[in-house]
Amino acid sequence: MILFENVNKSFRSVRVLDGISLEIGLGERVALIGSNGAGKTTLIRCLLGEYTFDGKVSIAGRSPRNERTRVLGSIGFVPQLPPPLKMPVGQLIHFAADLCGTDAKRIFDLTGTLGLDIKPIIDRQFVRLSGGMKQKLLIAIALGREAKVLVMDEPAANLDPEARKIFFELLAERAQSATMLISSHRLNEVSALVNRVVELDLGKVVLDDRVADDVSLTGKLSCRISVKRCEAALSKALGGWNFADISDVQGAGLEWQGLIAGPDRLRFLGMISRYVALVSNITIAEIEQ
Amino acid sequence: MKQLWLTARLDIVESLRARWFMIYSVVFGGIVVLLFAFGLTESRVLGFIGLSRLLVTYIQLTMAILPIFVLITTVRSVAGDREAGVFEYLLSLPVGLAAWFWGKIIGRYVTVFLPVFVAMLGAALWGTLQGIDVPWDMFLYYTALLAAMGWCFLGLAMLISTLARSTDVAQGAAFMLWLTLLLFLDLILLGVMIQGRIAPEIAVTIALINPLQVFRVAALALFDTQLIVLGPSAYVILDLFGITGFKAYALAYPVLLGTLAAAIGFFNFKNSDLP
Repeated sequence: MILFENVNKSFRSVRVLDGISLEIGLGERVALIGSNGAGKTTLIRCLLGEYTFDGKVSIAGRSPRNERTRVLGSIGFVPQLPPPLKMPVGQLIHFAADLCGTDAKRIFDLTGTLGLDIKPIIDRQFVRLSGGMKQKLLIAIALGREAKVLVMDEPAANLDPEARKIFFELLAERAQSATMLISSHRLNEVSALVNRVVELDLGKVVLDDRVADDVSLTGKLSCRISVKRCEAALSKALGGWNFADISDVQGAGLEWQGLIAGPDRLRFLGMISRYVALVSNITIAEIEQ
Repeated sequence: MKQLWLTARLDIVESLRARWFMIYSVVFGGIVVLLFAFGLTESRVLGFIGLSRLLVTYIQLTMAILPIFVLITTVRSVAGDREAGVFEYLLSLPVGLAAWFWGKIIGRYVTVFLPVFVAMLGAALWGTLQGIDVPWDMFLYYTALLAAMGWCFLGLAMLISTLARSTDVAQGAAFMLWLTLLLFLDLILLGVMIQGRIAPEIAVTIALINPLQVFRVAALALFDTQLIVLGPSAYVILDLFGITGFKAYALAYPVLLGTLAAAIGFFNFKNSDLP
């Protein structure tokens, strides 16, 4: 579906992408992670045909640079920073819908699903919306069409928890029919969604982890966690994963044990990373079948 | 074609909401109002009275203001949009690069030309209502001249916008271009010629390739063709071409120059990093 072949990109004498080769198939959901300056945004811009580069990038065998209209018609993109557009919200939606050949109503409906009441802001300039409103609108435009590829650069950064939950549900609905490339600084943000993690560092791929390949769908992991003190939020989260409190004192919430389904391990680690300051010991072991 | 018109419409809407457009419209509308207020239609200088004199004064002022306005606002807007991430987002939508670039030029051309033209048209209509004779042939030629001038500097501005990678550089380059063209107007050329450093033919050639000088001569050619008014190189040019020949040249050359600059800009845009 998406192919990067030995892609190199330099700005003046600084090499930002250094021989990137990746093949991403239909239905793969890739988290593109890495620190600032790792090359994530540059790689995305090469994929969108916005940058010139050495090497080859293709989507379904077509070059996004040379066959822009055709290729970009199948890509939904959410940028990291919303553009400072002065046009009214309604016009932006109609402009995008006209270009992408989709029904504007679909985008309007999606904004509602994401919790954005469009009517009061229809004539407001896009640039005058709040950060969260802008993000919701851009997500609605990206998802409001038949995109085969979804490219998102820190898409959930400005969303409130409720909108984030709905956004992830919307993406999950597309999980089987679209290829996703989600760039993020924080793996835990997107861990629930992805089945592959690609880490960039100084323009090179330093990790390409296909989660689903390494852990069978039926595999299980046994996990034991010790925490320094009981916190209601962590107890609730672990309870949600069906972990049992095995503390010496009943209900103390200091020792937890449970099973994790193999494909969920990344999602579980993403969840537990939020409470890393509380965790004093953690062991995860595959269960022999 | 649909993409081109969508892009043009988008640019028009963006421009209409921009502060520069408001100032731009107020400046040209204000000039006409001021010219009326100062009773220019009543004055009689060098044989010109009524609306002819107003139009001549208007085009002279426009010639001084429009190029720098078009250059600076266009490069600020295009390079600024690129820096701010507008290109990154809008060019991720399925729009062809040719449709985007030329659509943007068309949209901007409408917003650049319209206030200048509407101000002049307003003057003509007001003159008609007041029972002042409107020199329609002059009005039409000046309209064409303004259209050519707008296109010429828009093309040059788009070229600068595609070459410069930041707003500051683009703005500096635009200002330098305007200053250079201004320096090579007749008066400077005259000074250089007096010093005897260049041959008269070279001075005339420089005058002919300087769009500002071309507009100046064309505007003055309808006004007065004396040496003292035109300046030496303009006088020679008019002598060579004749008034009709030069009027045609003054329309064709800037349009060609603007188109060539825009085409080079497009070639560079197409083959370089977009955002």
